[in-house]
Amino acid sequence: MATINITPAKPMVMADFKGKVDPDWCPGCGDFGVLAAVQKALIELQIPNHRVATVSGIGCSSNFPGFINTYGMHTLHGRSLPVASGLKLANHDLTVLVTGGDGDGFGIGAGHFVHAMRRNINLNYFVLDNQVYGLTTGQTSPTSRIGMKTKSNPYGNMDTPVNPITLALSAGATFVGRGFSAEQKHLTELIKQAIQHKGFSFLDIFSPCVTYNHDNTFQWFRPRVKKLEDNAEYDSTNWIAAMEKATVWGEEIPIGKFYERTDLPSLEETEPVLDDGPLVDRDIRVPAEAAKRFVEELM
Amino acid sequence: MSQTFAIGIGGAAGQGVATPGDILALLFSRRGLHLNAYNAYQSIIRGGHTFLTIRAGVDEVSNLGDGIDLLIPLNQDTMERHLRLLTDGGACIYNSDTIKAGTAAEGVQLCPLPVSTLADITRNKVAQNTLALGAALSMMGVGFNVLEGVFQAQFGRKGEAVVNENVSIARAGYEYATANFKPFAKPLPMTDKRYAVLSGNTALAMGGAAAGCKFYCAYPMSPSTGVLHWMAAHGRKAGILVRQVEDEIGVINMAIGAAHGGVRSMCATSGGGFALMTEGLGLSAMAEIPVVAINCMRAGPSTGVPTKTEQGDLWQALGAAFGDFPRVIAAPLDIGDCFTLMPEIFNLTDRFQCPGIVLCDLLLSEGRLSVDPKLLDFNPHIDRGEMITSNGEVHDEYLRYKITESGVSPRAIPGIPGFTHVVSSDEHEENGVLISDEYTNHAKRRVMMDKRMRKVAGIEAAVVPPVLDGPADADVTLIGWGSTDGTIKEARAMLAEQGITTNQLQIRWIVPLHGDAILKILRGAKRTIMVENNYSGQFARYLRSETSFVADGHIRKYDGEPFMPHHIVEAVRDQLAGTTTLSIPTHEVMV
Repeated sequence: MATINITPAKPMVMADFKGKVDPDWCPGCGDFGVLAAVQKALIELQIPNHRVATVSGIGCSSNFPGFINTYGMHTLHGRSLPVASGLKLANHDLTVLVTGGDGDGFGIGAGHFVHAMRRNINLNYFVLDNQVYGLTTGQTSPTSRIGMKTKSNPYGNMDTPVNPITLALSAGATFVGRGFSAEQKHLTELIKQAIQHKGFSFLDIFSPCVTYNHDNTFQWFRPRVKKLEDNAEYDSTNWIAAMEKATVWGEEIPIGKFYERTDLPSLEETEPVLDDGPLVDRDIRVPAEAAKRFVEELM
Repeated sequence: MSQTFAIGIGGAAGQGVATPGDILALLFSRRGLHLNAYNAYQSIIRGGHTFLTIRAGVDEVSNLGDGIDLLIPLNQDTMERHLRLLTDGGACIYNSDTIKAGTAAEGVQLCPLPVSTLADITRNKVAQNTLALGAALSMMGVGFNVLEGVFQAQFGRKGEAVVNENVSIARAGYEYATANFKPFAKPLPMTDKRYAVLSGNTALAMGGAAAGCKFYCAYPMSPSTGVLHWMAAHGRKAGILVRQVEDEIGVINMAIGAAHGGVRSMCATSGGGFALMTEGLGLSAMAEIPVVAINCMRAGPSTGVPTKTEQGDLWQALGAAFGDFPRVIAAPLDIGDCFTLMPEIFNLTDRFQCPGIVLCDLLLSEGRLSVDPKLLDFNPHIDRGEMITSNGEVHDEYLRYKITESGVSPRAIPGIPGFTHVVSSDEHEENGVLISDEYTNHAKRRVMMDKRMRKVAGIEAAVVPPVLDGPADADVTLIGWGSTDGTIKEARAMLAEQGITTNQLQIRWIVPLHGDAILKILRGAKRTIMVENNYSGQFARYLRSETSFVADGHIRKYDGEPFMPHHIVEAVRDQLAGTTTLSIPTHEVMV
C-alpha cells in the first residue's frame, strides 16, 4: 500500500490532479480535452486538490470524478446539481465542480438545472455536451439535432433540441459560456473564469462523441466555432446581446463567455445562517439560549 | 380510569375553528392539565367541515377518547353531525341566531347564545366563537381572569385593542352563561404542573435540531409541511440551513450532498414525495452517506386522502430503493417520542452510514400533545460514528470503503488534505474506484456487498428489543406499531374494567425488528390480536415474513380516521366471543 506524505503549501502540479485510474473513454473522445482543461485551470488557479469537490451524475462524462484527484462524488443520473448544492451549503469554502452530460443535465436533470441557476449558488457546472446518449450506446439526447438518426429514433429525431445557453440565460445564471474540447487554451481560460465567478457558472462544452454521433464531429465543429473574445465589440454584460448571440447556430457557432453579471450576491453570501462560516465547522448543539426559547414558546 | 374533559369545536374551514382551539389548548396547559388534540379536516382552504377535538385531564391523555363533554358547533352542519356524541352531563353551546338545536340525548344541556344581542357581529365576524369560549369557561368553573392572560398571549401581537375587544366579548359570554346555564358537574381541575404543547411535526423538527441537524430541506406536502414550517421559522436561531427545494428528488439528493459535506442532514415528506426520494435513499446506502428521511403517512395510494391518517406506507419504507442494503426504520409511538427518536436515529445512521427512515403519520404529525418540558432535551447523547475530520501527518492510502469486520469504514469529510477519494453510486472497490466499468469483478462485488451487509448485525445490536407491557398471562395480547400506542393503552384500561386482562407489544423499531425476541414474547401469549391503521395488515405481513408468526386476529381501519378506544374494546370482545378474527370498526363520527 502506498504511503502518502502530506506536505502542505506545495504548489499543485498535474500529477496532483491525476485520478486513481486512467479515463476509460473511447480513444479520441472529446471528454479527454475537457478533463485536461479542468486540471490545467485548477493548477493555474493553484487550488489545493483537497479543497476541490467534483460531483457528477451518470453517463460517460459523469465518470469524470474518478479521473481527477479531488474529493469526488459520482451520484445518480440527473442528480448531480442537488447533491452538489447540498455539499456546497454544508461547506461553502470548497470549490465545487459539477460535471455531466447533456442527457444528465438537460434531460433527466433539467428541473434541477433550472432551479440551481435561480438560486445563484456558487457551483461551477460543466456540461460535456456530445448531443447523444453514449453510455447507453447511442440514443437521441435533448441536444440532438432534428433529423438525427439514432437507435431510439431510427427515422430521425422530431423534437426541437434544447438551447442550453438561452435556457441558462433565462433561468438567471450569472455566468454563461460555451467551450469546445479541441480549443484547449480557450476552454482552460473559460473554466478559470467560471471558477473565479461568485455565483452559478454554467459552461456548455462541445465534447464530440466519436462513436455514436457522426453528425457533430470535431471536423464539423472546427470551422464553425467562432470565439466571442475575438469580437472586440461583444459586451458580455449585456443580457439581450447574449440572448441574440445564443441563437446563432449553423455556419457560425459562437463559443466563449456569453454573459456574466457580478452585481448579484451568491446564495452563500445571502444566507445569514452561513455568516459564521461553513456549517460543517459549527458546534453540533443548538445554542442553549435558543433551545430554551424554543421550549418556552410551547408553554 | 382517569377523568378527562373533551371539547369538540366544528365548523367550515375559514370559520375560525383553529383559534378557539389554540386558546383552549393554552388555557388547559396553563392550568397544569395534560391534553391531546386532533383536527379532522379536508383538503380545502374555505368551506368543508373541520372538527377539532381537545381532550384534557390531570393525567397523561394518550389519545382522543371516545366522546366529548362539550360541543361548540360553529354552523348547522356541525350541530347535525356531532350532537349525538354528547351523553348525559354533556353540553352544547351554539349561536341561536343562526343554528337550530338538534335532538340531544337525555341529560344533555343545550345552551343557546343570542349572539347578536351579546356582541356587535358587524364589527367582529368571529364573535360567536369568542362568546362560546367565555360561556364554556364559566360552565367549566374557571375564573374569567385566566382568559385575559391567554388572550394576551394569543392576540398580543395584534395590539391592545384586539386583546381588549376579545376580552369584552368573552366576558359577555361568560356572564350570560353564569346567569343562564348549568355548570358542569365537576369543575375543570388545576395542578401546579406546566407542560409544553406541541404537534408531532414540531417535535420531529425540534428533535432533529436537538440531534444536531444542520441542514434541512423539503418540498411542501401534507401532512409533513409542519416540519418545514418549524425549521423555516427557527432555523436561523438554531444554526440550521433550511431550503425549500424544487421537488422531493432534489430534496433527498441535496440532503445527501450536505451529509457528505459532514453535517447531519434530514428531510420530511409524505408518501408521494417519499416515492420520489427512493432512488436517493439507495445512493445514501451505496455511497454510505447517512441521511434521515421522515415520511408522515397519509391515506394512499397516489394523492389519496391528503388530510387523513393511515399506517399504509410500511412496505414502501421496507422496499424503498432497489437492491439489498442496510437501513433503519422507526415509528414514533407518540408526539413526545417524535422528539426523542430523532437523536437516536441520527446516531444510528451516523454510526452505520446508512439511510434512516422515520414512519410518522398524520395523527401524530398534526395532532397536539402536552409533554413535560424536560422531555424536550437539547443535550441528547450524540454519536457521530467513525469520522475523520482532520488529517494526520502520514497515513496509508486512504480507503473510503475499507473492508472491516463491522462493515463500517471510517468516513473522511471533504476538505481535509490527504484523504481525497470518490464516493459512488456505482459498486466500487475499497478505494472507491468503480468495479463496473472496463470489467466487472464478481469477487470484489461480493466482498463489498458482504462489507455493507455486515452493518445489519451492528444495527441490530445497537437497538434494544421491544418489551411486553402488562401481565404476561393476560387473556389477550394486543400488537401494534407506532402511533396506535396510546389508543391501545386506553382500550386496555377499558377492557380491564370489563374483566378482560390484556398486555401490549408496541413496536417502535421496524428495522431492526428483533424477530427472535418478538417470537419469544408471543409464544407465551394466549390470544394475539394485531391492531393496524391500514387495509392489508402491513405489519402483520411483515412480522410473518420475518418470523413466520401468524396472529389469532386482526383489527384494521383504513377509513382515514384514527382508532378510537371503543373500536378496539368492541373488536376484542367480538373476537373473544368467536364471532370474527378480522374486525374493521366503523368510524361513527362523520368528519
